[in-house]
Amino acid sequence: MAGTGSRPLSPHLQVYRPQITSVLSITHRITGIGLSAGLLLLVWWLVAAATGPEAYATVQGFMGSWLGLLLLFGFTLANWYHFCNGIRHLVWDAGYGFEMPSVYLGGWFVVGAALGLTVLTWLVALIVW
Amino acid sequence: MNSFRTPLGRVRGLGTANAGTQHWWQERVTSVALVPLTLWFVIAVIGLIGQPWEAVALWLSSPLSAVLAVLFVVVSFYHAALGLQVVIEDYVHSEGAKVALLLAVKFLCVLLGTAGVFSVLKIAFGG
Repeated sequence: MAGTGSRPLSPHLQVYRPQITSVLSITHRITGIGLSAGLLLLVWWLVAAATGPEAYATVQGFMGSWLGLLLLFGFTLANWYHFCNGIRHLVWDAGYGFEMPSVYLGGWFVVGAALGLTVLTWLVALIVW
Repeated sequence: MNSFRTPLGRVRGLGTANAGTQHWWQERVTSVALVPLTLWFVIAVIGLIGQPWEAVALWLSSPLSAVLAVLFVVVSFYHAALGLQVVIEDYVHSEGAKVALLLAVKFLCVLLGTAGVFSVLKIAFGG
């Protein structure tokens, strides 16, 4: 485009230092995509349960394998992150928490809560198992 | 050409992606619904870990569990379809690929969501 050479441009992602605000924002989107893919596991589990005991045992066998456990752990972590950060978004939607200290505090709180809920979920799961 | 149309008639439906705030608002409404539904589902599934098939059948034989499971599946897929649509619209700029991907995501969400709901109901109604 003519005449755009000397105009200041909005910084590109590649030259902008990653910050907790931008990192948490793109993580929300990535976990959203991951959770959508995770819904495949949910449907597989439900369809197998509706098919019968043998099909259900097959799914349970996969979920208990190292790959299944890894997927479920990622599913849990993505779920709690998207859950907590989603609530953070709802707070913003309601018009609160736009001051920079609140944005940073809320961001770190979401990271801590997501990790804490993931550990709690798996502790309870392993005790039940 | 448009002289016979009222100003309101000319602008109606010309908001974001010709749908105004509807998409954004539906995303919020489904996210609020998913807060209690997700908490309920995670707790319910933890109780089923290591249990045989009969435990799942017993769990979904309760009307409350079956209704909440149906809602969890439907609202999750609706929310996923809305979110994935925005991702595609943001990153896919070729019109043909964009429309094809949007259709694929919508069809997949409806197909998988229907499979999930049918499965829950089949177990709930006794296999």
